[in-house]
Amino acid sequence: MPTVAPLDLEGHCVAAVFLDDVPHFALADGTVHRLDHGHKTVQANDGLLAAFHDAANDRLITGGEDGKVFAIAAGGNAAELASAGKKWITSVAAGPQGAIAFASGKTAYVRFADGKTKEFAHPRSVEGLAFSPKGMRFGVARYNGATLHFPAAEGKPVELEWAGAHTGITFSPDAAFLVTTMQENALHGWKLADGKHMRMSGYPGKVKSLSWSVKGKWLASSGAPAAIVWPFSSKDGPMGKAPLELGTRGNAMVTTVACHPSQDVVAVGYDDGMVMAVRFADAKEVLLRRPGKGAITAMMWDRQERRVVFGSAAGDCGVIDISA
Amino acid sequence: MSDAQTTQIPVTVLTGYLGAGKTTLLNRILSENHGKRYAVIVNEFGEIGIDNELIVESDEEIYEMNNGCVCCTVRGDLIRVVEGLMRRPGRFDAIVVETTGLADPVPVAQTFFMDDDVRSKTKLDAVVTLVDAKHLPLRLKDSREAEDQIAFADVVVLNKTDLVTPEELAKVEATIRAINPAARIHRTTRAGVALSEVLDRGAFDLARALENDPHFLEAHDDHHDHDHDHHDHDGHDHHHHDHDGHDHHHHDHAHPSDIHDVTVQSVSLRGGEMDPKKFFPWIEKVTQMEGPNILRLKGIIALKGDDERYVIQGVHMIIEGDHQRAWKDGEKHESRLVFIGRELDAERLRNSFEACQV
Repeated sequence: MPTVAPLDLEGHCVAAVFLDDVPHFALADGTVHRLDHGHKTVQANDGLLAAFHDAANDRLITGGEDGKVFAIAAGGNAAELASAGKKWITSVAAGPQGAIAFASGKTAYVRFADGKTKEFAHPRSVEGLAFSPKGMRFGVARYNGATLHFPAAEGKPVELEWAGAHTGITFSPDAAFLVTTMQENALHGWKLADGKHMRMSGYPGKVKSLSWSVKGKWLASSGAPAAIVWPFSSKDGPMGKAPLELGTRGNAMVTTVACHPSQDVVAVGYDDGMVMAVRFADAKEVLLRRPGKGAITAMMWDRQERRVVFGSAAGDCGVIDISA
Repeated sequence: MSDAQTTQIPVTVLTGYLGAGKTTLLNRILSENHGKRYAVIVNEFGEIGIDNELIVESDEEIYEMNNGCVCCTVRGDLIRVVEGLMRRPGRFDAIVVETTGLADPVPVAQTFFMDDDVRSKTKLDAVVTLVDAKHLPLRLKDSREAEDQIAFADVVVLNKTDLVTPEELAKVEATIRAINPAARIHRTTRAGVALSEVLDRGAFDLARALENDPHFLEAHDDHHDHDHDHHDHDGHDHHHHDHDGHDHHHHDHAHPSDIHDVTVQSVSLRGGEMDPKKFFPWIEKVTQMEGPNILRLKGIIALKGDDERYVIQGVHMIIEGDHQRAWKDGEKHESRLVFIGRELDAERLRNSFEACQV
């Protein structure tokens, strides 16, 4: 039976991650809590809006209302990496070679590991940011499409057009596909080799959480009463194929998904705080956590594939141990 | 969820041309001692001289929804800012959105109806439009936005009245009234309106909206018809006099013939009890077909066999309706509806509305 070690905090949890195997919880007020031989806290942004887990460097990148970008490392070290004035930092991402990206208004910034920063101005707001897993390339979700930049080189960006407001963005782990979340209840995808479009619609709600399964064979998503899991293993992605619907519940919506690091299993978090693990092959469900006070907003598996850290909109966070 | 309903934060939208006095009013909202804390979303930090960590600068982003409807627009930046603010809801009691001088108020308002996340956490309270008494005639000549902002308003603050003669003021007010017969008008200098007249109005709250403005539908329809509205005065006319001694507009009715540069019109309809089987398909059809031309609609409908008043309101193609309260004893079961918009066919609206009567 899975056991839950709860951590009851005050406020909306923006990110729940393992840093050096220690559970960390970043809240909207900018406090970052960790369970490291007791409950410890460090202050990052004054108002934390966006967070990205930089797996390669085992750190959490955060951006906030104070216009600053922080890097939180294990052990409680919160370092200010960049500042963009009085405007909110609304999106952050981490890329190869220690580079990070962040967005404020219509400008995307890339900060290289040596501290040098490059600005990318856009005609419209930068809604979402993601680095490609291959090469020094990053994508911006924007109104009517996405823009790909190559920050290490000079040259024109690549524009990918699709009508509508694109709010979030992710590359597949093999860098073959780009997928955006939209203001409307849909995902949009591009096959980067030929620019072919992929429309993934039919969601009853907005998609706010995406997670690639091991080797990018599947893309799990929130926004429905089930985790909607699209097949990406063929060279044309999910086109013409139906997604899996896992962990379907009649009275709750999926708000967060987190795929298992090595198996075709997804942790599914719901708007009532419940968490389940569901296997792709046979849709078998295991209850990991009963409903709580608020919607699940963040989840991550640990490297040992034994624990899931989770956070909620109401602050009732915790760590699930599935091996116990 | 019911608890989400009860914690919906009210949002006031402040529009008006550059120089009309928005910043002055905003500074008063932020500095006066009214016991409430406001988060303010502005386009530029500009001249707000108040140090408040809850002033958020946001780039106006108008997003057309991908549903083929040209009037379905939202403010993408507001969705994001409201989501961020609402993650720490304990910091403020209400939100004020200040638009740019040239802003179209419709996407701002629609954001609070069309986005599920925003809608679940906040509710539009009222659209307040500041008007510069001296420069309005000029504004109306050179822009459609100035007119839209007035047409869309629940409250018009007619500011800088000290800069015009009484005759000019009367004319400006008549012009505003011609564009929007439903709004409350407050004459001010230095945006000196009581804050209770602009904040917490509940203008979009179906239960409160029409109760606040019992006279709105009595206002005289301007462009097309001068016959239907004047006749049957009923119980409602009694309350409205004691509600609004400060509202001057009842005394000097507009002669729209000498008002130029006004393209917005209003159509006020009045009828008896409606057959719900006819009325609902009708209003649905009207808003579908005429949606792009309708800026606002508001109404109180007497449905046959229904003990309660049914209130409706709309913005372009979005309409909502609900039962408001029981009809009072002796209260006339009457249906009233006003459309504010452009290129409305008043005669057709009237005939088809009247055809829904029992």
